[in-house]
Amino acid sequence: MRSRSTTRRLAADTGLLAVAAAFVLPLAWVVLSALDPRADLRVKVPGGVTWDNFDAVLTEEITFTPLLNSLLLCGGGTLLTVACAALAAYPLSRFRSRLNRPFLLTILFATCLPITAVMVPVYALFVQVNLIDTMQGTIFFFAASQLPFAIWLMKNFMDGVPKELEEAAWTDGASSFQSLLRIVLPLMGPGVAVVTVFSFVMMWGNFFVPFMLLLTPDQMPAAVSINEFFGNRGTVVYGQLAAFSVIYSTPVILLYVVVARRLGGGFALGGAVKG
Amino acid sequence: MRTISRALPLTPAVVLLLLFLAGPIAYCAYIAFTDLQLTGQAEESFIGFENFRTAFGDEAFLNAVWLTLVFTVVSALIGQNTLGLALAALMQRASKPIRTLTGGIVIAAWVLPEVVAGFLLYAFFRREGTLNAILDWLHLPSQNWLFTLPILAVSFANVWRGTAFSMLVYSAALNEIPKEITEAAEVDGAGGWRRMWHITLPMIRRSISTNLMLITLQTLSVFGLIWVMTRGGPGGKSQTLPLFMYEEAFQKSMIGYGTAVALLLLVVGSLFSVVYLRLLRTEV
Repeated sequence: MRSRSTTRRLAADTGLLAVAAAFVLPLAWVVLSALDPRADLRVKVPGGVTWDNFDAVLTEEITFTPLLNSLLLCGGGTLLTVACAALAAYPLSRFRSRLNRPFLLTILFATCLPITAVMVPVYALFVQVNLIDTMQGTIFFFAASQLPFAIWLMKNFMDGVPKELEEAAWTDGASSFQSLLRIVLPLMGPGVAVVTVFSFVMMWGNFFVPFMLLLTPDQMPAAVSINEFFGNRGTVVYGQLAAFSVIYSTPVILLYVVVARRLGGGFALGGAVKG
Repeated sequence: MRTISRALPLTPAVVLLLLFLAGPIAYCAYIAFTDLQLTGQAEESFIGFENFRTAFGDEAFLNAVWLTLVFTVVSALIGQNTLGLALAALMQRASKPIRTLTGGIVIAAWVLPEVVAGFLLYAFFRREGTLNAILDWLHLPSQNWLFTLPILAVSFANVWRGTAFSMLVYSAALNEIPKEITEAAEVDGAGGWRRMWHITLPMIRRSISTNLMLITLQTLSVFGLIWVMTRGGPGGKSQTLPLFMYEEAFQKSMIGYGTAVALLLLVVGSLFSVVYLRLLRTEV
């Protein structure tokens, strides 16, 4: 009996390792090429290790300005999303109303819509109202596109905070806003962290939205500039492309690791996908 | 009065959603019926269903519809879904270090920014890339995948990037099956595949339908990955609907026509969303 379960475990391990080996190849390419003085398109052990690729891309034009733009766009968008979602989730979670159910259904419906499809009309609309090629316009759109999911997650997390804790504060004369800020949000810290990190990661990796709504090269976030710098030039220096990819990806990988460590894997799905 | 003050915190979210999400959707439904162009035209005029008639007579559009179907079926319904379920099932039995390692690698592919994932898989599938190096080493015929079979290359890219989602959904679902049930089946002598088919799959069927719905919607709106890898080419051989829409609207300046295609995409997406909501009916 014992040997049979060992065989089964070995079979499962082998299967997983095979998939892991296939999945790791592209990742290995980017890490190894970033350190390789003569990188090409193949995965290979570098002849020597060099930081030249990183030195070459760590300039204001290639790295710092686009990353700063990304930070402004995604930071602004995330702040707006989290603030609006927290405010909106409060009445949905705390008060009974006939309108809650239709509102939540609409929100869930909007969560599923393919945002890619609205980008052409958003562009046309932004041209009409002079929001095209502005940071604030892009931030507003980012926030609106992320809000449905953020409200849904936030409401589910807020439902987990017992109402009794607030009632004490209410009898002491605190307003709803005060109890949200002082009692509910601090108690659902991990939930707020999940919504924040999830929104930020989604915006950081988004290519299509800034690609459509921003035009001036100085305003481009890393998601778009990486394409301009490397995709449109005749000869591509693959080592530098890999180095820049590593720099640009590190923040979101780190954020994911930190949050997943604290809350267990698959955190982003916890409140969202209950099948 | 109390209702109004209680609903007040909803205002910022509702205003944002109305202005920047509902607004564009309504505008989309309007310009899809006009001949709006990017340049050189004073007033757009209402042309009824003309854009849609053009679309269904346009071979490039029908090609994009077909490629979108292939892309969705191959990469989402078959690739991500099956591989995600297989990974989740194997993880139930595998030893912990290997489970953690594989999970980490698959999730890393998912967390990477879309454009970076596109570059990595471009490098992987190029003529001089890793895939052909491995094929050479095995003495198998190599080819320029991005040129001969671009739709298959981008489909595999989407499997690489998206499988983690299905894996996480199914891992959560499998963890919720009580141990006693699988053990009882084992005692009764049901083998691995039969247990999977008769016990596990029926028990997680709600997760399966939810997952299929969500990954279909995600796959329908993939743009950056394909754009970076092939730009929809060569000759439209990997041009799915989002790329077709972009080309018509911006490279050919036919905003009205591009928007009509976008509206079709939105309608398909909405139908899927409604089905998804019905599946979740008991939850809200």
